[in-house]
Amino acid sequence: MGTKVNLISGRTTVQGRNLDSKMSEEYFEEVARCDLNKADMEKLGVAADESVKVRTSYGEVVVKAKEVAGTPEGLVFIPMGPWANALVSGDTHGAGMPSYKGIDAEIEKTGDKVLHVKELMQTYM
Amino acid sequence: MVEITDVVCSLCGCVCDDITVEVEDNKVTKVKRGACSVGKSKLMGHNRIKSPAIRVNGELKDCSYDEAIKKAAEILAASRRPLLYGWSSTVCEADKVGVELSEELGAVIDNTASVCHGPSVLAIQDVGLPSCTLGEVKNRADVIIYWGANPAEAHANHMKRYSYVSKGFWTEEGKKAKKLVVVDVRATKTSKMADVFLQLEQGKDYLVFSALRAILYGHEEVVPDEVGGVSKKDLLETAEMMKGAKFGATFFGMGVTHTGARQNNIVNAIQMTRAAHTHTKFTITPMRGHYNVAGINQVCTWETGFPFAVDLSRGYAWYNPGELSATDLLIRQECDAALIIASDPGAHFPGESIKHLAKIPVIQIDPFPNPTTEFADVVFPAAVSGVEAAGNVYRMDNIPIRLRKLIDSEYPEDEAILKRILDEVRAIKEKEDK
Amino acid sequence: MAEVLIKNGVVYDPLNGVKGEKKDICIRDGKVVESVKNPKVIDAEGRVVMPGGVDIHSHIAGGKVNSGRLFRPEDGRKGLEAKTKVCRMQSGYSVPNTFAVGYRYAKMGYTFVMEAAMPPLAARHTHEELVDIPILDNAALPLLDNNWMTMEYVNGGDIDLLAAYVAWIMKATKGFGVKIVNPGGTEMWGWGKNCSLNDNVPTFDVTPAEIIKGLAEANEKLEMPHSIHVHTNMLGHPGNFEITKETYDLVKGVNTVKDRQVMHTTHTQFHSYGGTNWGDFESKADAIAGYINQNDHATIDIGSIILGDTTTMTADGPMEYNLYQITGRKWTNHDVELETGSGITPFLYSGKSPVNTIQWAIGMELALLVEDPWKIALTTDHPNAGPFIGYPILISMLMSQKRREESSADMHKVIYDKALLPSIDREYSLYEIAIITRGMTAKALGLHEHGKGHLGVGADGDVAIYDMSPEERDAGKIQKAFLNTKYTIKGGQIVVKDGEVVATPDGKTYFVTPECDDTLTDEMLVKLKDKFDHYYSVTFNNYPVQDDYVPNPYEIKTQMRG
Repeated sequence: MGTKVNLISGRTTVQGRNLDSKMSEEYFEEVARCDLNKADMEKLGVAADESVKVRTSYGEVVVKAKEVAGTPEGLVFIPMGPWANALVSGDTHGAGMPSYKGIDAEIEKTGDKVLHVKELMQTYM
Repeated sequence: MVEITDVVCSLCGCVCDDITVEVEDNKVTKVKRGACSVGKSKLMGHNRIKSPAIRVNGELKDCSYDEAIKKAAEILAASRRPLLYGWSSTVCEADKVGVELSEELGAVIDNTASVCHGPSVLAIQDVGLPSCTLGEVKNRADVIIYWGANPAEAHANHMKRYSYVSKGFWTEEGKKAKKLVVVDVRATKTSKMADVFLQLEQGKDYLVFSALRAILYGHEEVVPDEVGGVSKKDLLETAEMMKGAKFGATFFGMGVTHTGARQNNIVNAIQMTRAAHTHTKFTITPMRGHYNVAGINQVCTWETGFPFAVDLSRGYAWYNPGELSATDLLIRQECDAALIIASDPGAHFPGESIKHLAKIPVIQIDPFPNPTTEFADVVFPAAVSGVEAAGNVYRMDNIPIRLRKLIDSEYPEDEAILKRILDEVRAIKEKEDK
Repeated sequence: MAEVLIKNGVVYDPLNGVKGEKKDICIRDGKVVESVKNPKVIDAEGRVVMPGGVDIHSHIAGGKVNSGRLFRPEDGRKGLEAKTKVCRMQSGYSVPNTFAVGYRYAKMGYTFVMEAAMPPLAARHTHEELVDIPILDNAALPLLDNNWMTMEYVNGGDIDLLAAYVAWIMKATKGFGVKIVNPGGTEMWGWGKNCSLNDNVPTFDVTPAEIIKGLAEANEKLEMPHSIHVHTNMLGHPGNFEITKETYDLVKGVNTVKDRQVMHTTHTQFHSYGGTNWGDFESKADAIAGYINQNDHATIDIGSIILGDTTTMTADGPMEYNLYQITGRKWTNHDVELETGSGITPFLYSGKSPVNTIQWAIGMELALLVEDPWKIALTTDHPNAGPFIGYPILISMLMSQKRREESSADMHKVIYDKALLPSIDREYSLYEIAIITRGMTAKALGLHEHGKGHLGVGADGDVAIYDMSPEERDAGKIQKAFLNTKYTIKGGQIVVKDGEVVATPDGKTYFVTPECDDTLTDEMLVKLKDKFDHYYSVTFNNYPVQDDYVPNPYEIKTQMRG
């Protein structure tokens, strides 16, 4: 299976700009992606905009890879949104707060396509 | 063309209120100054939900507001365990009707704090919060710490209006005479501006707070050479900077609330602030996300006694986050209907809890289509608060500011939709009582 | 319209000199009238009848109160009551939710409550909560003493411009009167420091004494209904009684055209302390009461302790920090730019503690040693010295020396050495109780001219009927009667019957709009707008409270004296 990584999610400017237009292409381009550092990109053998599959105990999702300097090795950042959350546990450890950051995940290169937001939501039906 | 000044932004917890826009033919045509790119995008508008709709055989079918009100009220009145969730991207006037509707239904009412700064609330309930208004930071603070927060992306005007880059009474030189400390697990736009960037290992915030606390209390000998990926030297230097401040301000974000120890991180952050307070003035403030998430916490508190995760099924308020927070209810598959307003759990809840939400009847009130719309069963388009509707909101430092109405809307306000649902629910219950 | 006749009651109406007379009260369209034709008759059957209670100082609404609620769910859980057909849900003991505030006060026969501290920048919050408090008429006092504008005008000796600023703040916040809390000290707290009455406040180069005097003069120029309302410096410090007395002296020469005091000092119990530390701490209630007895320009409310756990909250940030350092319990602080601050921490008043015992005695000593009840008001500085729900306990204490003796015996023995209470045998009459809970408070606030605190023709039809005979001397029965009225009538409508809330009309919000010369206002606005342009974090135009947040207004106009 894939490489073990630590997954976090969070806000970005473009994600924020599209809070009210989450069905837009710009949102999709921004949010259905994951930031990796150069070494991890090489280890996985992915180039920018190639697809990777990220898997946790709670789910899996396909997103596009992006190389971002300053991301430490072994850490993966996916902007907050439906793709990141497909991987998040609902267990709040009695605090009401799911674990949005610091999730054990595996990542690998994939030929699968990135699901569009409507397709992704369909998987919950 | 009309120019409107003192426009208040209804996007993030900064609630910038000095924006100037141009309005022509009942449209915002230009955002002239004051707003960041995110706020500008909000003010200029997006694709809307066009009509009320009810899901029939898997498809949303347009209907009248009357039909949608009737359907929504039927769903809620028939529910044994309704969840009323959201409330952060609307005004307090609507939130008050929301609490009343929840009381009438015996529902659980929860708001987006539970997936944002809910842990901060729990921490405040444990130890309190030594804080201040953002103007205090602007006028006095010479040491600013952003911890697990990336305002350059998430609260783009925060540094300019209130903190590092702003100029105030005792800070007229602006950032030249200030120090910026950023603590994060990765390099960000914010960390690039920092005088000191402490890059810690993900999930190690608690340890680093503890180390700084120890140093600030004069126990540096207990701190090992490295803590959570940060060297002791850097920690000592940061602590010295904090002690030397005339006025220090810590801001923390979801990097801390979403991580590992959750509220315990925040308790430690607050305790670190108190430790610094033994040397100089030091404050701490959560970077609230939605423009009125602070406001629903306020309204819910003064009306029910508690800020979020409140169960009204007993007739009085029962508060127990971790049991009654939206995610917990959904994971346990406990609620059998939900009203979602001014928030988007479809995009922001864990997949595991969306699964249950997709199964049960969901009523959505929102100006914009979003992932929640994909499984909502009754959809109400609403006026956009801060553009098409006025009302009070609370900034991240709990300062109340009234949003302005800039243009007329063809859609009703959240408050009006909720009132009609409440009236209809009461009518149904009255009939049942007879 | 609706008429009510209250028959056979024994009426205590101090503002009209009615001292327990059997007298009928007629109400039409919400006001007291000479006679009625087809009234709803309430037979008071020899029970005690008083005007609706008027609380001069209580923290019931706004940012501080709500922060108290938010960070004390353990307090919220104490007062849970389910909604009824009439009432909404209730929670809280020392920090009740807004609905409970209205119901519980109304059950005690109160119909007007003054929110004692409103940060101007957050005034809209205070009003949002006031709107949500059922039944009670209300008002709020904006904080004006640590404001940069105030200090700059005091520094320049510009009392007219200061008055113009005070007038603007009243209008912008829909405020009722001038509140002063640790003048200078809260600004110093912006740097983690504090100051006393004659210390210099750096940057602004003024002393707290100058701030108090300047605001008193501005207040009287505006002919405000209420005097300045002062929380003096060094609250809670042993030995502070000297500062308190000196504060009274500051305004001795200030003239007023109104028939009232020129200074009201609040929760004076916390400011009547002798000794030099907590070890030799002692009561100086006699010194303060002595001053009040010999002078006519100052009134006080007592801020008497209710034993048990409570939530302390004040704009006096440094004081709350000190208290937190003593207890080590949780502590919230919120400094407000250019204006004020606030702190909150829970506190337990224990009869086993010598300090708490002396504090407990001092509040009642003040009430018993001030000879003229028209100079004193009953308060607990809710919730600082204890929640308002404890008022009936205090009333029974003041009326019964026996009860005080019994209670003193349960307290720490220090009460017999360092406090005066055991040596005082005065007992309040019902008439005096009516003064310190209605007549005096309405008059001190200037609200007697607006129908509050009395039952003369034209007054508001606000009446409390207590289920006790005027001869009742049993402290327990007195306490019970004052906790739950037989009837509370608000604006001619029965809102409480047999201790249950039966109707929840909206209360009115009273505010003052002082007018002053346009050129003066314009000059003041130049300075004020500069503050907004450079130092405030909100704009000048977004600052004032819009009319939407005062849906039931009662406006009192005043004109600045030339």
